[in-house]
Amino acid sequence: MLSLFSVVFTFLALFLLIPGLFISRRLRLHFSLKNIIRFYKITASKYGDERNDERPMGEKEKRAKNRMPKHVAVILDGNRRWAEKRGLGTSDGHEAGVKRLMENAKDCFAMGTNTISLFAFSTENWERPEDEVNCLMALFKKHFKSEMPYFQRDKIKISVIGNRAKISQSLLGLIEEVEEATKSYEGKQLIIAIDYSGRFDILQACKNLATKVKDGLIQVEDIDEKAMENELMTKCSEFPNPDLLIRTSGEQRISNFFLWQSAYTELYFPNVLWPDFGEAEYLDALTWYQQRQRRFGRRV
Amino acid sequence: MAELPGQIKRMSGGIKQLLEQIFGFSRRCLFRIISMGPIPNHLAFIMDGNRRYAKKCGLEEGSGHKAGFSALMLMLQYCYELGIQYVTIYAFSIDNFRRQPEEVQSLMDLMLEKIKSLLEKESIVHQYGIRVYFIGNLALLNDQVRAAAEKVMNATAKNSRVVLLICIAYNSTDEILQAVKKSCINKYTYNIEASGSYKHEDTDSEIEAKDIENQEKKIQLVDIEENMQMSVAPNPDILIRSSGETRLSNFLLWQTGNSQLCFPAALWPEIGLRHLVWAILNFQRSHSYLEKRKKQL
Repeated sequence: MLSLFSVVFTFLALFLLIPGLFISRRLRLHFSLKNIIRFYKITASKYGDERNDERPMGEKEKRAKNRMPKHVAVILDGNRRWAEKRGLGTSDGHEAGVKRLMENAKDCFAMGTNTISLFAFSTENWERPEDEVNCLMALFKKHFKSEMPYFQRDKIKISVIGNRAKISQSLLGLIEEVEEATKSYEGKQLIIAIDYSGRFDILQACKNLATKVKDGLIQVEDIDEKAMENELMTKCSEFPNPDLLIRTSGEQRISNFFLWQSAYTELYFPNVLWPDFGEAEYLDALTWYQQRQRRFGRRV
Repeated sequence: MAELPGQIKRMSGGIKQLLEQIFGFSRRCLFRIISMGPIPNHLAFIMDGNRRYAKKCGLEEGSGHKAGFSALMLMLQYCYELGIQYVTIYAFSIDNFRRQPEEVQSLMDLMLEKIKSLLEKESIVHQYGIRVYFIGNLALLNDQVRAAAEKVMNATAKNSRVVLLICIAYNSTDEILQAVKKSCINKYTYNIEASGSYKHEDTDSEIEAKDIENQEKKIQLVDIEENMQMSVAPNPDILIRSSGETRLSNFLLWQTGNSQLCFPAALWPEIGLRHLVWAILNFQRSHSYLEKRKKQL
């Protein structure tokens, strides 16, 4: 009786308590059974992907292989509302948002995503009050400087996309420095959209194609989806089209983020504000994504 | 005694009619109340879930789409009663051509049948004064469907009360590419004849003139937008995709940058008044916030 009890207890400790404590400490998660099971599910699917490379795959297994999103896009919405709820200023909200961003990016890469895109600043955001805009620009500068060693240590390639015309010289210099320092890394990429608008992206790609036609480099008939993808700003990435797009704060809109690229993207709208979107919420999003049946217009 | 079943039938028919009238009246009252707030000008629908509905109800293959068509007619009636001016529906995507040939053929047959029925006198098109546009790469359709579509477009050209845009053989990426190609052809074909090379030295005024000419030769935003097939309607205010899938599937990517997206879990043939009302209420909630922000600028 006692031996049975001790066996069961050892089993539980080995497989649940100790790994659970370890996982929840590492991922700053609430220590609960649900989160532990979620983590096991996600890691198992990642491990399953790697093992499946070694043997010939059936139809169902092929589908299961595509279960981890290669490219996750995030619209960071809700900083101001978060600050208002706590009686803080807008700048505190944005500060909390950026901190959360860095934490989440580290965890996302740890879970196996190749590319993460962030909608940091939209072209429409220039119309916000001047001190808010200045505060945001200052935040970008501060964090580019402070996070550079981390990017180099973890070999994360940084790309900044957007219309660079209105950005200050100092920030522009910093951006070019970070891009130059990390341009040779492969496997992990962080795309930051500053002064980006989906329509502007498509328009500048169209203009480039039109100029190429005018200069005789290509014919009108050669303009197809591949040609377009090679002109869009996401051409810096191996996976230009996001598999999963997360917009926090419950608003169900794309607000002019990736338009062309999100043709077949799964859209996820959690009701949580961005500074509250932590590891647990990201695990929820991944679990939800893995249950999606992506057909791309065909029958499964 | 033999009259009894007949009498019962007439009575139940009468009760049914009475109930329908009561429902119709209460629905119109509801719409009046909703119209107190802002009403969307343009509604877009992705009619997803017909095949799953057929499987769920144990029907045969093509009948899911038929049930979907009746649901569509119902939605159009509600939109008309609410006063929504533009309705766009995603009938057939270019990707759907990759489905099984039998399914594609049955869909084409169904569409041909329904398009032809639009030309009849009693159809809703004439009843509600709907102008119909067929948007998409019509060259990919077979000749019969294309001819019928063009006939309907011509027949309804004079209507103006409501505009119905049916996206058939449509892909948003394809639409954008066609717009770029058209802009290129428009802008540059006449320049090909006029492009002699200037061998002599350019004076200042000539350089200036050339600059202005170069600007005109460049593609602007307005060129692309003019050449988009969807330019006949403003951008959608709400996009509703049934069956709970939360993706755009290459539909109106350019136009829905700022639209409210709604993803009710009901399959398309099950969609009803409550989903429409819920979508509009959500639109009204965020619309006032967006208008307030626009006013702050």
